[in-house]
Amino acid sequence: MRSSRGRGVLALLAVATLLGACSGAGTQASPGTGNVTLRALFMKQAAYSEADVKAMTDSFTAANPNIKVTTDFVGYDALHDKIITDQIGGGGTYDLFLMDTPWPAEFVKAGIVTDITDKIPADVKSGVFDSAWTAATYQGKIYGVPWINDTKFFFYNKKMFADAGITSAPKTWDDVVADAQAIKAKGIVQYPIVWSWKQAEAVICDWTELAGAMGGANFIDAQGNATFNTGGGLAALEFMKKTIDLGLTNPASLGLLEDDVNKTMSAGQAAMALNWTYGYAVMNDPQNSTVAGQIAVTSAPGQGSTTTAGVNGGMSIAVSKTSKNPDAALQYALWVASEKSQEMDTANAFPMWKASFDKPDVTKANPEYFAAAKNEFENLVARPVVPYYTKLSNALQVAIQTALQGKQTPQQALDGVAAQLPDLQK
Amino acid sequence: MSQAARAGAVVDRRVRKPWPETWVAAAFIAPAALVIVAVVLVPLARAAWMSLFDISLVRPGDEPFVGLGNYIEQLTSGDFWAATFRALWFTVISTALELILGLGLALLMDQPLRFRWLLRTLVILPWALPTIVNALMWRWIDNAEYGALNALLTQLGILHSYQVWLSNSDLAMWMVILADVWKMTPLVAILLLAALQSVSPELVEAAKVDGATTVQAFRHVLLPLIVPVVLIVLVLRTMEAFKVFDIVWIMTGGGPANATQTIAIYAYQTAYQGYDFGRGAALGYLIALVIMVLAAIYLRLLGRVGRD
Amino acid sequence: MADTTARAGGLRGGAGRLPGAGSAHHRPSLATRVRRLGRGTFLYGAMVIALAVILAPFAWLLISSVAAPVDLLARPLQWIPAHIELDRYVNLTVGSTLDDSAVSFRAALVNSSIIASSVTILSMIVGTLAAYAFARLHFPGRSWLILAFMATYMLPPIALILPLYQIMSALHLRDTPLALIIIYASFVTPFVIWIMRGYIETISSELDDAARVDGCSRLGVLVRVIVPVSAPGLVSTGLLAFLMAWDEFLYALIITQTNASKTLPVAINDFIGRHGVDFGLLATGGVIAALPPVIIAFVFQRYIVAGLTAGSVKG
Repeated sequence: MRSSRGRGVLALLAVATLLGACSGAGTQASPGTGNVTLRALFMKQAAYSEADVKAMTDSFTAANPNIKVTTDFVGYDALHDKIITDQIGGGGTYDLFLMDTPWPAEFVKAGIVTDITDKIPADVKSGVFDSAWTAATYQGKIYGVPWINDTKFFFYNKKMFADAGITSAPKTWDDVVADAQAIKAKGIVQYPIVWSWKQAEAVICDWTELAGAMGGANFIDAQGNATFNTGGGLAALEFMKKTIDLGLTNPASLGLLEDDVNKTMSAGQAAMALNWTYGYAVMNDPQNSTVAGQIAVTSAPGQGSTTTAGVNGGMSIAVSKTSKNPDAALQYALWVASEKSQEMDTANAFPMWKASFDKPDVTKANPEYFAAAKNEFENLVARPVVPYYTKLSNALQVAIQTALQGKQTPQQALDGVAAQLPDLQK
Repeated sequence: MSQAARAGAVVDRRVRKPWPETWVAAAFIAPAALVIVAVVLVPLARAAWMSLFDISLVRPGDEPFVGLGNYIEQLTSGDFWAATFRALWFTVISTALELILGLGLALLMDQPLRFRWLLRTLVILPWALPTIVNALMWRWIDNAEYGALNALLTQLGILHSYQVWLSNSDLAMWMVILADVWKMTPLVAILLLAALQSVSPELVEAAKVDGATTVQAFRHVLLPLIVPVVLIVLVLRTMEAFKVFDIVWIMTGGGPANATQTIAIYAYQTAYQGYDFGRGAALGYLIALVIMVLAAIYLRLLGRVGRD
Repeated sequence: MADTTARAGGLRGGAGRLPGAGSAHHRPSLATRVRRLGRGTFLYGAMVIALAVILAPFAWLLISSVAAPVDLLARPLQWIPAHIELDRYVNLTVGSTLDDSAVSFRAALVNSSIIASSVTILSMIVGTLAAYAFARLHFPGRSWLILAFMATYMLPPIALILPLYQIMSALHLRDTPLALIIIYASFVTPFVIWIMRGYIETISSELDDAARVDGCSRLGVLVRVIVPVSAPGLVSTGLLAFLMAWDEFLYALIITQTNASKTLPVAINDFIGRHGVDFGLLATGGVIAALPPVIIAFVFQRYIVAGLTAGSVKG
């Protein structure tokens, strides 16, 4: 009760430092000769797990005996806080840290990440999906080595589809509505679709993915004007509202996160949902799911001329501004992001290397999923890359929920955020 | 303890004339003052100073002085007042429920019942559960599809079909209040039980011999005696409840559509997630101000009762 | 503390306080007996309901911690899991040291115990001293000062944490249990003062005066008279102090970095992933984290029973 968590807190730490004490601007010692110790900040997760990271690190230190690497792991919620505290409030203990898709703009503005645009080898640049680079880029400069590639796929319950007489996976969001109506009409499940629409970043991810299919997710134009209240953004929200009005979307969705979506599907209470890569393994795991083996996956549906669109959910490894050994740090980042490292564990995460998807020994575990993933990774859309992103996201979350509850029309709700935009940009 | 007692006796023998009371008080309070002030003073001053500037993390080096601008901006903002009233609503309902249920529980634990040791030990369970776990547990229980609440109410025949709890704007705050009351009532009960224990049982019995009913004895004998502690608990819970953050943040994230966005969530979102630290510090002081006003009202209203 | 015999006597006195027991020299009338039966039924009924409400959510947490995840998704819900899995408890407590989450959790259990105990002892000592002064002594600025102490806590921690972090860094205390002990003591102490002052005020000052006449110093009065008489208050306040330190999250999240100082809430928070929560593991961690305070409550609960001689209190 007393406690609260938040990335902002640590950012606050940062500011006090700006006001008073100076940030520890590390001297850039030259690497290469002599022994070097690196400290890297990762997060605890399914992919890549601590064991995966340790294996990658061990192979790195075996090949580079003069470089020692210490790895720390924190929960996702604490990750952003730790980075800001360490880099600005604490003088910089970390040489490398994990950076989520929406963060680069803010980190660049705060001056805590190193521009590595010119240091990325050409084969790495071309070998990795373009979308993965987008997640580490701000204003044309690269600030991170892509490490986790992720997007939301379309999961559906094969048995429920078959019971409703549906023979193929939906190709468009209109198909989704038609299939859901068929399933509902047969009384197979009360609410065929479940989403992660809690007032959190999760709802923005679903909305962005839908917008990508429905006319594009260019939410802010080059002049900083709102475009999310026209085109794809508006169409996506209207679609979301329509599925609620038709009784196809579970009304509980407004309080659910991705994990709840998995469980609702796993409980057999929904026929289809969007979720991240790891969802496939969880929903088909007999330990966790009552419908194990029934859950199929495909690229997210498109609409009209768009065949598929996925929200960009990748993460990258950034070299900190305070690192005393930025070259060695980059060397390590490139190692753990290499094709070989990434192919070590494909059960919970896809490699971000295009070539991996064409290697039969990598894809053999689930060729269909790899095919769907390759298709979608080539068609990712990004959330706005602006330094005021968190404020914008908060305003959009409220507007979307207000519209979904029928208290405003989608147009009114999004126009409201557009009107606030100059204030958010301050 | 006994060593300290001996030390006290030694001091007593050495100092013939008693110290002036103010000096004694200073000596008694000094260690606590050191523990509190040494840690808090600098941060307090720093936050006050920051609240006078327009500071943003993503605009390093450009932090103009705005005087009371941050305060005025908040006090004239509809969002600020909406969040303040949501926090007040949460505070009033949860504190009232905790006090009523806590008093009932304390009276029950004060009765000479068999197995009351069981109640006295287990009552601490909700309170001992870390807040993070408590919040996630209630989110789990309140889940519309596989939560225990729907299952229980349906199996008991109270509900005919599964309900949406946390995703409903009209119910979400009540569900958060339920979780908070479940966790914090034991604290109130234990503090009140300790107060009840210091009331001599003979007083109540004497009242009964004089013909008072149980209710009358409670109303006229017991209650006035424990009013000071009730007051303390009230202030304590109000201070905590008004600042509520974690339990709301984990259960609803302030949603749906800001229905549970309390003032602390608002402060976090508008100031900290947006990196406006001047506004954040100003909001911190405004929250403290509201709590002080609430505390002053209690002390005035109930302090009078207590002095009777 | 009061000696054991006095406490035992007090306990017996408490237990003998049956309704109407004092005046039961002759056989009570039928009406009295019916009334007493009704009262007993009501009280035991209330106790059963209270226990049910307290235990039901916790029981569900306990079940979630030993059930297979899939069993928890069934509809209608199976309250008793088909089979019980104790893996999570084994993993977190005595399992492999290769599991980083488990190692972190065990370190946190030790850290939290050290921190919460230290904070409790420190705050209770300095807080009770100050509380006595605020309750009994007259000095200028008394009411102002106690409010000033309390006011330090009215500001949300989010506004204080940055400078605190810098101070701890400057003192090289970051990522140490000591830093958390110092910070926690600073907000637990005002509460101890606030609550203990209230308890001391309910004690008749005639007791103080009598001891003073007997030649006790102020400290002597506090230690020999007030402390024994306010044992229930001291124990419940101590419990409050312990739990405030045990449950604190935000400061710990920021000050700690490694297993050297991570506390239980931080270690449990690490179980929450980016897109998923392993609720079974979280429930297990929660159950284990709740145990130490409950054991302490069990050990001390009889001290909350008035071990006091009648007449030593107000009135």
